[in-house]
Amino acid sequence: MNFRHNPQLNKHGELIHLLSIEGLPRALIHQILDTAGTFLSVNDREVKKVPLLRGKSVFNLFFENSTRTRTTFEIAAKRLSADVINLDIARSSAAKGESLLDTIANLSAMHADMFVVRHSESGAPYLIAQHCAPHVHVVNAGDGRHAHPTQGLLDMYTIRHFKKDFTNLTVAIVGDIVHSRVARSDIHALTTLGVPEVRAVGPKTLVPGDLREMGVRVCHDMAEGIRGADVIIMLRLQNERMSGAMLPSAGEFFKNYGLTQEKLALAKPDCIVMHPGPINRGVEIDSSVADGAQSVILPQVTFGIAVRMAVMSTIAGNSA
Amino acid sequence: MKILIQNGRVIDPASGRDERADVAIAAGRIVTIGQVSPDFKPSRTIDASGLVVAPGLVDLAVRLREPGHEHEGMLESEMAAAAAGGVTSLVCLPDTDPPLDEPGLVEMLKFRARNLNQSHLYPLGALTRGLAGEVLTEMAELTEAGCVGFSHAEVALKDTLVLHRALQYASTFGYTTWLRAQDGYLGNGVAAKGALATRMGLTGVPVIAETIALNTLFELVRDTRARVHICRLSSAAGVDLVRRAKAEGLPITCDVSINHLHLTDIDIGYFNAAMRLTPPLRQVRDRDALRAALADGTIDALVSDHTPVDEDAKMLPFAEAEPGATGLELLLGLALKWGEQSGHDLARTLGTITIAPVRVLGDALGSLVSSAGQLVEGGVADVCVFDPAAYWQVTPQALKSQGKHTPFSGHELPGRVRCTLVSGHVAYEAT
Repeated sequence: MNFRHNPQLNKHGELIHLLSIEGLPRALIHQILDTAGTFLSVNDREVKKVPLLRGKSVFNLFFENSTRTRTTFEIAAKRLSADVINLDIARSSAAKGESLLDTIANLSAMHADMFVVRHSESGAPYLIAQHCAPHVHVVNAGDGRHAHPTQGLLDMYTIRHFKKDFTNLTVAIVGDIVHSRVARSDIHALTTLGVPEVRAVGPKTLVPGDLREMGVRVCHDMAEGIRGADVIIMLRLQNERMSGAMLPSAGEFFKNYGLTQEKLALAKPDCIVMHPGPINRGVEIDSSVADGAQSVILPQVTFGIAVRMAVMSTIAGNSA
Repeated sequence: MKILIQNGRVIDPASGRDERADVAIAAGRIVTIGQVSPDFKPSRTIDASGLVVAPGLVDLAVRLREPGHEHEGMLESEMAAAAAGGVTSLVCLPDTDPPLDEPGLVEMLKFRARNLNQSHLYPLGALTRGLAGEVLTEMAELTEAGCVGFSHAEVALKDTLVLHRALQYASTFGYTTWLRAQDGYLGNGVAAKGALATRMGLTGVPVIAETIALNTLFELVRDTRARVHICRLSSAAGVDLVRRAKAEGLPITCDVSINHLHLTDIDIGYFNAAMRLTPPLRQVRDRDALRAALADGTIDALVSDHTPVDEDAKMLPFAEAEPGATGLELLLGLALKWGEQSGHDLARTLGTITIAPVRVLGDALGSLVSSAGQLVEGGVADVCVFDPAAYWQVTPQALKSQGKHTPFSGHELPGRVRCTLVSGHVAYEAT
């Protein structure tokens, strides 16, 4: 097993799995976003289907619960005419003690063509990609704190849709960055696409200085972090982190870093507000902002389906 | 049995001997080094032309996995791995299941090892019962059973009151305590804190997990004057602290593993679980500091940190994979590679895996203290004969150890062991 070779690209540099945005060429990201654009119209048709994955079996393997992400992958696969099988592994095989690779071997024997994997441990989709049959494609639907590449891509689609050009933007990502796979995927995508200033905003417990090595400016002050921003990406604060050694309380977090209309006024007047969902109203974002004119949270969801269709059809067209 | 090793380059780091000589062995002991009398009639002659005749290697950190983890390693397989690696004396850790906290367990292990008639086995007893960090073990009984020191393996002893008393008690009788320097709270993580862990979304262990533990230990040593061996140093800052503590005259020694001498966190690549090790691999400046500290003697000994892990325990996402790597058969090759890269002569390089670890063990070795890790006339004939010019590729399936996981899979290493003698009998011979 070669752990130095980027396993998501074949020897021609084509995408065969989507595991992380890190290491993807800028042109490839734009190509996926362009493809997503063509699928967006499919969603508006009377018959919302294209036959690109007809006869293919897509297995949604969710080792960690997620209704929203799984549903959007399911819709995307169905609109590509694939057969979709949802497996809630958290409640079946893993609970019976079956190992991850045994589960994969069994599902491969059922002639799966694609695995969409969500797992609580960073790197789990790599293990699967390194051990599944050569014709099987793996899409990372979120692994631990490491990556959530389709969310990163849909965020880029959203930014490109509203801002057109990446090379003159200031993007602020606010909240629990250290535990966020979305933040990591967004940072890789934004830096690859040439965004000159990416800021990571939050307290030192959630936004450690090491993040600078990913090419971001670390801001512990909310006003400094969002001043003059073109895009603000708010992250969800997980319930288990709202009170403990990371933060004293959700209320204190909101006071310092919650996005209100008042704080939003520090950003550019045409700044858009994004959030990967599900939102905690009154914890990281005020309702008036979430539902306000600058919020693009619902368009993100719509674009998400087109982006996932683009990812699945792209990797299905390339072989190992 | 009388054995004559002819025409080899005899290197004994302890005495500085490095010359072409013959070695005559009888009744388990070295009779002559140099000009062997024609009256010596060997029943076996080993031609060591072009080979190095060195003392058998001494490894201070080995997990044999018995009792309790037989699926990962058995005494038979791991002792065979030791002999194949040229290791004739080894110290094993107490983190078995149950831990080595009772004399009966230690006696049984020593008895089984003796029956295998392979390398000399020196167990470390558990410092506290069940390694639970609460009640001291019967150290005198354990020492009588054969323990050479007391260790808490990888289990952090968080309670400084218990640790203080353990050191007081051990020092009363002159026992050495072997401890890893890792804070029990800050040490919870799977990779070194740094750019790689941040990027990969792996929980990071900060350097201060090591330095806080070292500072605590040094304060306790200042107070108790207990003799402490610090196991598996991992950071440049840790090296600095040890250097200062030694200059101050504290009774401490320390070691580093072959993994940390050659690898950094970048080697984790795309979540390679073979690189899941304890302590975690750190950055280049840490590795360079460890290499320099081994050269200047701040770090006393190089160890394999041999930990056989079975397939099921490694074929997991990085954080869930069991830490550890097989190492007994790589100790010589990786020591030689370090020596070669650092420009040290063979005697100096071999010193880190022969006489230096023997000095760490000191009087705990008993009667072997004057001959283990050395080639001396009249001493026990523990010998490693190897070809310094033969490069070999690390092929996991070809290893004798039951543990097949190593970060060095596929690497080319210098130094092929041709023959290992333990107490004058051939314990291993390359085919």
